Amino acid sequence: MAENAKLTSAEQIVVKFTGDSGDGMQLIGNQLTALAALDGNDVNSLPDYPSEIRAPAGTIAGVSGFQMCLGDHKIYTAGDAPDVLVGFNPAAVKHSAKFVKAGGMIITNSDSFTEKALEKVGYESNPLEDGSLKGYDVKAIPMFTLVREALADMEMPNAAKDRCKNFFTMGVLCWLFNKEKQLVLDFIEEKFGASSKKPKLQIAEANTKAFKAGLNYGETTVMFQERYDLGAAQIEKGLYRNITGNDAAALAIAAAGEKAGLQPFIGSYPITPATDLLHYASEFKDVDLVTMQMEDEIAGICCAVGAACAGNLAFTTTSGPGLALKTEAAGMALILEVPLVIVNVQRGGPCTGLPTKTEQSDLLQSMFGRNGDSYMPIIAANSPADCFDATFQAAKIALQYRTPVIVLTDGYIGQGSCPWKVPTMAELEDLTPYVNFWKPEDHPGETYMSYKRDPETLARDWAIPGTKGCQHRIGTLEKDETGAVSHDPAVHQYMTETRKAKVDNLAQVLPGVEVNGKESNKILVISWGGTYGAVKGAVDRLIEDGKPVSGINLRWVWPFPPNLGEIISKFDKILVPELNMGQLSLMLRAKFLVDVQSLSKVQGDPFREYEVIDKVNEMLGE
Amino acid sequence: MADTQLTKKDFASPNEVKWCPGCGDFAIMNAVRSGMVAAGKPRDEVAIVSGIGCSSRFPYYMETYGFHTIHGRAAAIASGLKVANTDLDVWVISGDGDSTAIGGNHFIHAIRRNVNLNYVMINNKIYGLTKGQYSPTSEMNQISKTSPYGVIDYPMAPLKVAMGLGATFVARGLDKKMKLSEEICIRGAKHHGFSMMEIYANCVIYNDGCHNQLTDKETGDNNVIIVRDGEKMIFGTDNQFCLVQDGFTVKAAKVADVAEADILVHDEKNADMGTILTGMRPDGGLPLALGIIYADDTKKPYDDMVFEQIDAVKAKRGRTMDQIMQEGHTWTV
Repeated sequence: MAENAKLTSAEQIVVKFTGDSGDGMQLIGNQLTALAALDGNDVNSLPDYPSEIRAPAGTIAGVSGFQMCLGDHKIYTAGDAPDVLVGFNPAAVKHSAKFVKAGGMIITNSDSFTEKALEKVGYESNPLEDGSLKGYDVKAIPMFTLVREALADMEMPNAAKDRCKNFFTMGVLCWLFNKEKQLVLDFIEEKFGASSKKPKLQIAEANTKAFKAGLNYGETTVMFQERYDLGAAQIEKGLYRNITGNDAAALAIAAAGEKAGLQPFIGSYPITPATDLLHYASEFKDVDLVTMQMEDEIAGICCAVGAACAGNLAFTTTSGPGLALKTEAAGMALILEVPLVIVNVQRGGPCTGLPTKTEQSDLLQSMFGRNGDSYMPIIAANSPADCFDATFQAAKIALQYRTPVIVLTDGYIGQGSCPWKVPTMAELEDLTPYVNFWKPEDHPGETYMSYKRDPETLARDWAIPGTKGCQHRIGTLEKDETGAVSHDPAVHQYMTETRKAKVDNLAQVLPGVEVNGKESNKILVISWGGTYGAVKGAVDRLIEDGKPVSGINLRWVWPFPPNLGEIISKFDKILVPELNMGQLSLMLRAKFLVDVQSLSKVQGDPFREYEVIDKVNEMLGE
Repeated sequence: MADTQLTKKDFASPNEVKWCPGCGDFAIMNAVRSGMVAAGKPRDEVAIVSGIGCSSRFPYYMETYGFHTIHGRAAAIASGLKVANTDLDVWVISGDGDSTAIGGNHFIHAIRRNVNLNYVMINNKIYGLTKGQYSPTSEMNQISKTSPYGVIDYPMAPLKVAMGLGATFVARGLDKKMKLSEEICIRGAKHHGFSMMEIYANCVIYNDGCHNQLTDKETGDNNVIIVRDGEKMIFGTDNQFCLVQDGFTVKAAKVADVAEADILVHDEKNADMGTILTGMRPDGGLPLALGIIYADDTKKPYDDMVFEQIDAVKAKRGRTMDQIMQEGHTWTV
């Protein structure tokens, strides 16, 4: 027993895994995330992988990563600099050591530091021996040797044994972070054991042995001087599961359909990083979710518009370049005035850009990326779990206002995960009142007019095909109240204004923004979407330090919430950190005529809290 | 008027028809109305989807649900509409440009999926609405505003493409042969699956006489053959020509020159024959095939399978939404 390994209590720990793409980094990261969450910590994670499925092994280009932050309090991001890096080979260490906190721990597999591997990434000498990692607490573990020893009695090729290094590492980490080992054993059983969907008993046994070897390694060697103990976070009571934003959105789509009493429908086309949403949703046939994987992005949204016209609750899911292709059809939904939800999991652009990396650079595309005056509401999810609520809310507004609504998420929250308090279907808002199809029996003596409107919401009267006696024609040409084609200048002026007013009016029923901190202060930091976590964490810390800073988050980015102008007017300076070149800043300047300062970052990577803090301090002249 | 005794007239909307006088589309609209009567659905269970083009104004003239959408995408929109409500009788009215140029991808995949749609492609070998540019079905050397020195793109054979995609109903009509177009629309309306109906039409303004070779009173019938299931394939102004086998393909021959038994008999279930028939062209020495060229009712439509699969998953997994949300590693705080 390593007697000098003391248990230190910690508030939060940031762990980063890096290794070859295809070497199971996402899997091991997700396992530790689940383990920590099951153990009561709050967790937030961020996968980071290259766009090549199997980039050349052992190269920097092929490094796949997964970062997570676990804590005994509310965790908003996957953390800044890692406390612990698990880098499985020289490429991983070379790629990621520079991100590790000074004095932080680097756990690596010393067996992978062969001459050839070192040469491949341009190490002239072995960094484990030449002192170049001096500032770090390096734990060089001969993982292959130890795993092969632990599995000596099993008849498996060495290559298969070596793959068990991930569970060996889980063993080490389980010990290091003082986690409940049974949870991992249960996981192995569930995934590979006799009761799993596809039992692989030998793999189950090998991984179990490797995991236990890792636990024992931590416990019996004197390599670790410290272990970390994180208390459970104060979390609202309820049932939780760890969820990615993409999975949460998929669930919301099926749930919204059921709560509206309509068949949910997704018309889509695979695109990174939105594909996981379609994968998961495709499993939901038993709750009547229809998914049509179409021939392209355009067909994806077009079949969704068709389904919407027939009275399904229709969605299309995509990422930036896909949204660009869907442009004209989004305008079609807008001028037909049918409900449609477009979920855009943003990625680095322009064009193909950075498919696997996160960015928030589709805001202006969502606002203005259509011909004509074509406003539609935009809601931005602020965390993986919030993708559920944001998508559900979008469906409600789409129905209520007969309009397409864009949900903006991004690669970070779409693929990142955090604990999600699972609602029951009974708790979710009933959406049936917003469906409200026009039926002759509800309007005795009235003739149906397809563009007659509700005076408050300006939503049009909507009779779907199959409604007795209501056959009518609608189209993408300008039209008058009866739905008849009209090129009358006054009609076009009126209809354009009305379509805009419909979206503007939505602001009146949106919840006002709440200020984090004082209502009047020197600096207001505005987050939207995926920047919520880093900004919230940063502003909390700045407030703790007594700085004259407040924060707000925009969930609906169009229309702006009703009290936004008033809030902004009470601050000397406005800062908007964005993963783009200042798109929300541009919108805020235009709308409120204020000198918004933009903190831009377009590195395919979310903000770190310190980046926001540094910028605020700079603005404060400190 | 009870919707059960509908006539063609009942499918006419009060809107004034704005096609050019003499346009081939009028005759086609008449045929489509016959198809709708034959399908036997009340008007409020019929939906027409169109894209953009002269032909795409069609829904406005029909007393049904109608959706005039965007250029080239009608097949995709109609696919979603049909899956969303399989009780509807869904028609797509498109043109050669809308279907084979901008909408080629959707046209291809709707046929491949065998979505239960009635698809009418009006082919006048020109872009009419944009005032006279050549289309993918325009003939070589055709003069148009964008081909003042003649078209140098090879034309496409949409029905041959359809056969290659495994289409389950392939037919061709001609505006001047109104009875035939009606027959096609009636059979197409009743076909369970994607009904591909190409109807040649004249554009009086931008491509007038484009089908004269086929419609000429004196010689037209020498250039077309109307095929009927189980009947000998004979054509010509005096029924003087026929089709006979020629190795792996067919050739035209004089009836007088061949043994009666050698004259080919049309079999609308024979896909190989369908492929040959859809590729025949007068300038290749063979008549243009009209009529119901291929029909196969055995292949399940996509929309049927969507719901069969849903039912199968319900029987096998049968989860509720609450159960799905609570799957995976959950824990209670």
